[in-house]
Amino acid sequence: MMLVIARRELRSLFLSPLAWTIMAVVQVILAYLFFSQIEFFMQIQGRLAGMQAAPGITELIVAPVFANAAVILLLVTPLLTMRLISDEHRNQTLSLLFSAPLSMADIILGKFLGAIAFLLLLLFLITLMPLSLLAGGTLDFGVLASACLGLMLLLASFTALGLYMSSLTVQPTIAAVSSFGALLLLWVLDWGSGSTDASMGGGVLAYFSLVRHYEALLKGVFNSADVIYYLLFIGTFLVLSIRRLDAERMQS
Amino acid sequence: MTSLLQVDQLSRYFGPTRAVADLSFTVERGEILGFLGPNGAGKSTTMKMMTGNLAPSAGQITINGFDLLEQPRQAKAQIGYLPEQPPVYRELTVDEYLGYCARLNRIERGRLRVAVDTAKERCGLTEVGRRLIGNLSKGFQQRVGIAQAIIHMPELIVLDEPTVGLDPIQIREIRALIRNLGEEHSVILSTHILPEVKSVCDRVQIIDKGELVYTDTIAGMDRRMQSSSLMLAMHRPPVEQDFLSIPGVISVESANTEYMRIHFDPQNNPAQQLVAASVAGGWGLYELTPERLSLEQVFVDITCTEHDETRAGEGAS
Repeated sequence: MMLVIARRELRSLFLSPLAWTIMAVVQVILAYLFFSQIEFFMQIQGRLAGMQAAPGITELIVAPVFANAAVILLLVTPLLTMRLISDEHRNQTLSLLFSAPLSMADIILGKFLGAIAFLLLLLFLITLMPLSLLAGGTLDFGVLASACLGLMLLLASFTALGLYMSSLTVQPTIAAVSSFGALLLLWVLDWGSGSTDASMGGGVLAYFSLVRHYEALLKGVFNSADVIYYLLFIGTFLVLSIRRLDAERMQS
Repeated sequence: MTSLLQVDQLSRYFGPTRAVADLSFTVERGEILGFLGPNGAGKSTTMKMMTGNLAPSAGQITINGFDLLEQPRQAKAQIGYLPEQPPVYRELTVDEYLGYCARLNRIERGRLRVAVDTAKERCGLTEVGRRLIGNLSKGFQQRVGIAQAIIHMPELIVLDEPTVGLDPIQIREIRALIRNLGEEHSVILSTHILPEVKSVCDRVQIIDKGELVYTDTIAGMDRRMQSSSLMLAMHRPPVEQDFLSIPGVISVESANTEYMRIHFDPQNNPAQQLVAASVAGGWGLYELTPERLSLEQVFVDITCTEHDETRAGEGAS
């Protein structure tokens, strides 16, 4: 059932210019960063040759590109998720889903999977860039896979939060602004921790930062705690969205 | 055999505002029920509750034996719902949209084509299947909305003001379509247009201020509309006393110089005596019309007396 909703969501996305624009813009920016990273690598290649255990192209090119991709997608995902539920509200199409034999979880998961399917496509396009390096060298596939997994989990977290924000309001712009704000806040939580002692609350707060768990995965360190952090994050916001939709029928 | 739809003591509050209060009614199989009421009477709220779009504050709804709150999935499979605004996605074509609705209602892949084609045919949408819904006229969008409601062949179809905003020809077509649907499904139809009820429904239910104030068959409503007055037009009207002397006549009022309205005792219709008296007295009678209350008058009558009663009740307490 949720696949039916996911399919329509994806289809509607591609029927609007939004999906194509997002893909094009993200791709252009990342391609530029990718090339400048290669340029940088070419410059220091000579010095690297003399070093012991020098970082390879995966560390020097793939990791920065993926780190930048996360920042760009932080800006882009709210635009993608803002319409998920608020648009149904505005067009009063939610009653179609409510009067069909579906559960609230079906609706939310369907919407979530639809957005994720689009982001996976975007992730695939981004991954093609590092893969093109295979023409002239080798990659550390372990690190690449871990970076892909990290970015995927990060995007799923963005989507879950954006979906929840979208269920709170009828105005897509408000959903976009609030999910962008929330994501940015969760992102910069990490920054303050440098100045305060780890013994203080700063350490705990920083642990909630979305970016901290991503950095480890980018380095190729697969820590199940990081993965569980993301899964919990996603789960929390999906449950909140389901409850929110349920409450919709209770109040006016 | 129990009724298809049973609504039991349904109430709904929006904060302190009471939208629907203790509403109970049933719908039988194959019946078209008209749901009448002034704006804001609670028609849409009731319909939203019947279709699971709004949770009732109190009460029970049973559809074909399934409780809407306890077995929502089975209960919802029995209903098709067209809200006030057709829930269509403007960026999809009619075919895509109906296919999506069919899948949402768990129609198997094999029967999907047939279901979509049947719904399109019944709603007169066969020619516009490949057009974008956003580009269709309001009338066609409304039909798409109805097609969506009947695609899974539900036992009960709930239509919330299906003819609002349509032109007269479209209204006629939609009404014909609803009558057609009534042959195979039960239909609940809400409206505040009275002639619509008369032309489409088997039974009427009037709701006002969230309460059920009147329920009857169309025939019963018709009888209620028969009033007890005659309109006479004469060239040389006599004085009032001449009328009052005729048995059955209760009172006379003159509408203008030539028209007179005569109220009579329903058991004793004086039309025949009036004609005889006119011939004998040379009144020059040239028109005699039994007056009927319009549906509007009955409606106002029912809703207004109800108000007066509640007001009187409030005053007493």
